Amino acid sequence: MSTTATAIGVSPKRGVWGGGNEPLKASYGKLMMWFFLLSDIFTFAALLITYISLRVSFPSYGGPEDTFVGSNEYWPVPELVFDAIPFIHGVHIPLAFVGLMTFILILSSVTMVLAVEAGHRNDRKDVVKWLLWTLLGGITFLSCQAWEWSHFIHGTPNGSLITYVNNMGQTVSEIVFGANLSVNEYGPVNFAQLFFFITGFHGFHVTLGVFLLFLAFYQAAVGVYEERGHYEMVEKIGLYWHFVDLVWVFVFTLFYLI
Amino acid sequence: MALQQNKSALEVMPRDEAKIKKIWKTAGILLLLTLVEFVFAFTLPRGLLLYVIFIALTIWKAKYIMMEFMHLGEEAKPLFYSIIVPLIFLVWLVIALIREGSDIFIMRW
Repeated sequence: MSTTATAIGVSPKRGVWGGGNEPLKASYGKLMMWFFLLSDIFTFAALLITYISLRVSFPSYGGPEDTFVGSNEYWPVPELVFDAIPFIHGVHIPLAFVGLMTFILILSSVTMVLAVEAGHRNDRKDVVKWLLWTLLGGITFLSCQAWEWSHFIHGTPNGSLITYVNNMGQTVSEIVFGANLSVNEYGPVNFAQLFFFITGFHGFHVTLGVFLLFLAFYQAAVGVYEERGHYEMVEKIGLYWHFVDLVWVFVFTLFYLI
Repeated sequence: MALQQNKSALEVMPRDEAKIKKIWKTAGILLLLTLVEFVFAFTLPRGLLLYVIFIALTIWKAKYIMMEFMHLGEEAKPLFYSIIVPLIFLVWLVIALIREGSDIFIMRW
């Protein structure tokens, strides 16, 4: 055991990791956050590459835009599926709402990096201010996603005629509205399944991020970090929050552009 | 990490305006690249070329987020490479699963 062990809070239930030097010039917490993020990159990459794989196993919709009808024979064009925005009913405004969501998330990433920068300067006021903006951005993004999901699930007023095998094992042909895990009006069943799973998993990460941000905001505001002598927690939560933004950049391209 | 236990309030350092300006500049670049993607989505014909442009722009944005926002470039080189090098496996996964998907396409349609 190293002689500096007294500086570490030694508990009888835990061992002491007696490394003399700081490995990789990063604190324990930051290092572990990076390795967690690396594993999370692989999780999201597996999901998104599965999306690409299933996407190329279906033909794309090739016809003109104004005669688009959803069918499980071909993959839909995203700008013809995601074309609604709240409070404006029945108007075709492709991708505007999801673009807004992307802007909100990128801006919340910017305010997060400003909070980290303020943390380096031990500026409590600025940390609290920028964390509050980040928190606001995260909550707004989640609310937008809730609306997006709700609209996706309920569907368009006209629906589409889909022939599919239902839960009882019978082949049926009927007008389908909206989407669930066994049938949807937009495209192949995989389309809705992947949409729910990938944006859902991303949304789950954003939700966790909002909880962490609230924790950091509260602790910064009451002066926990000032007493601790550093704002490293803000930096670690910042890494996580930027990662969430990073994943969204890829989700946005694969789901809404391609 | 320094184990300083001073109970007195931490000294607040003044804002480094150049650093803050750089953050906003990076934000501007990210928003601009997203806008370019939007313009391309509505003006260019759908096809392989457009998809390659989209993915290149996305990776470009990812680079900005990781290097400027997450400060990966400022970490020690071994840490930098231990995050970046494992991502090479993903290149294989992309190629393998796109081939797999196209083969299913040929079998099915």
